[in-house]
Amino acid sequence: MTIKEASEKLKSGEINSVELTEQYLDKIRELNPKINAYITVLDDIAMKMAKASDKRRKNGEVLSEIDGIPIAIKDNMAMDGTKTTAGSKILENFISPYDATVISKLKNAGAVILGKTNMDEFAMGSSTETSYFGPTKNPADIERVPGGSSGGSAAAVAADMCVAAIGSDTGGSIRQPASLCGVVGFKPTYGMVSRYGLFAMASSLDQIGPMTKNSEDAEILFNIIAGYDEKDSTSVNQKSEIRNQKNIRIGVPKEYFAEGLDPEVKKIIEQAIESYKKLGAEIKEISLPNQKYALSTYYILMPVEVASNLARFDGIKYGYRAGAENLIDTYFNTRAEGFGEEAKRRIMLGTYASSAGYVDQYYNKAQKVRALIKKDFDEAFKEIDFIMGPVSPTTAFKIGEKTDDPLTMYLSDIYTISVNLAGLPAISIPAGKIDKLPVGLHIIGPQFSDNNIIELARQQDGIQGASIS
Amino acid sequence: MAIKKEDVEHVAKLARIKISDEEKEKFTEDLGKILNYVEELNAAPTEGVIPVAQISNLENIARDDTITESLPNEKVLENAPEKDGKFIKVKKVFE
Repeated sequence: MTIKEASEKLKSGEINSVELTEQYLDKIRELNPKINAYITVLDDIAMKMAKASDKRRKNGEVLSEIDGIPIAIKDNMAMDGTKTTAGSKILENFISPYDATVISKLKNAGAVILGKTNMDEFAMGSSTETSYFGPTKNPADIERVPGGSSGGSAAAVAADMCVAAIGSDTGGSIRQPASLCGVVGFKPTYGMVSRYGLFAMASSLDQIGPMTKNSEDAEILFNIIAGYDEKDSTSVNQKSEIRNQKNIRIGVPKEYFAEGLDPEVKKIIEQAIESYKKLGAEIKEISLPNQKYALSTYYILMPVEVASNLARFDGIKYGYRAGAENLIDTYFNTRAEGFGEEAKRRIMLGTYASSAGYVDQYYNKAQKVRALIKKDFDEAFKEIDFIMGPVSPTTAFKIGEKTDDPLTMYLSDIYTISVNLAGLPAISIPAGKIDKLPVGLHIIGPQFSDNNIIELARQQDGIQGASIS
Repeated sequence: MAIKKEDVEHVAKLARIKISDEEKEKFTEDLGKILNYVEELNAAPTEGVIPVAQISNLENIARDDTITESLPNEKVLENAPEKDGKFIKVKKVFE
């Protein structure tokens, strides 16, 4: 069921929020043992929220289009009085003492929060396999990964274990799982959605966004969670521009279709782009010459920010604390036992790349290349309005297939990473399937073109299986 | 290899993570591969380019230095691994 459908049923009285919420909790009880999309299910809280929503509706005090609608949240966003684990042992028993701004906004809109979804540990991964709570399975084929790091949210939407979900995207963590699970995933312009209460992975790249069954729903949720927030100093006080969508020019970067892209994925993406041509768009080949450096740039900048952000997990004020003889060993043992392998790998890489003697060679160099990557996009958007291409080079891979070699796993994000480095908005929408495995089309726009991207994506709602109920 | 086992030991110490001998081998290999991969950045034409730490176009966001309500002590202390009354308990700082 989509937000639109659910909201119409609530409006007509065909169903109330308590019934709708019960229906979804039943579905979670049935499917979660198989899919493992949720880390925490908030049965009691969800039912309370549903009852309050029904009461509001009876009194004619409906708060928004999502009032009474059951939604899932990635488990790296703080929700007052509930567990927030970030998929890590180190926060296994952590209870958030406050609400993230996104949670406050959803609560103020009357949403029912069903639970917290599974994710790679601290959002570090492309398959949800680094979660301390076990991998999430792809509903299209449970032997395969749902993508990551917002794999729990993507799988929950795909398997209809929630009406819609919220994810976060640092290098592709909303769009890549959306692509692999066949749902819509939107990463807004950096600064459009407050990061207050989002457990930081790489602060200059992290952004929260909706994961939904179609683009119309993505627009509804985005409009609710977006907005300036003084609690996030990188929050921008600017509305997304709505521009004339006639005679649009779509750029197709040749670098996105080079080696490494699965030929069948390529075919589907080319067909999807072609369908926009039929709708009147002009298609143009473009070049993003520094795109080839995106992955390397990201794997320097991101770990440096990770090493800094994750320094707070030391076993002192909150979270897991390991036994030790003295204070220094409390730190060493807590972090050895509390973090998983990928978290340790990235902390060490980031520590190395920012340490004395190496900071120029790695961190400062990568910051310069980031400027070049952004400039490529700025130049491109002088000639065209949007960029289209693949989200992921392949369809969902088998669980365990890429866990032995970190670099192979990192390559899953080759098309999504540069968007975060440049702070741009981008969406993944279902474009087709290979056997039963979904393929997502990537639409990228200039900063603050958020609503325009979604409008463009909406032209595909209901086409090519781009919509699931 | 771009990184030696001693470097990994040093970095683990800086990052306050105890690592086993087995992990030392594994991380030396993994980090070496990643560092070799990112070597390609040396070819990027960055002469005269100003490095960017973020891309929001915002600068110097400050707020007034006023006292506002903060989280209640008891609530925050609920997450402390060990406590003693209003205090978080830790191992001795001074021997």
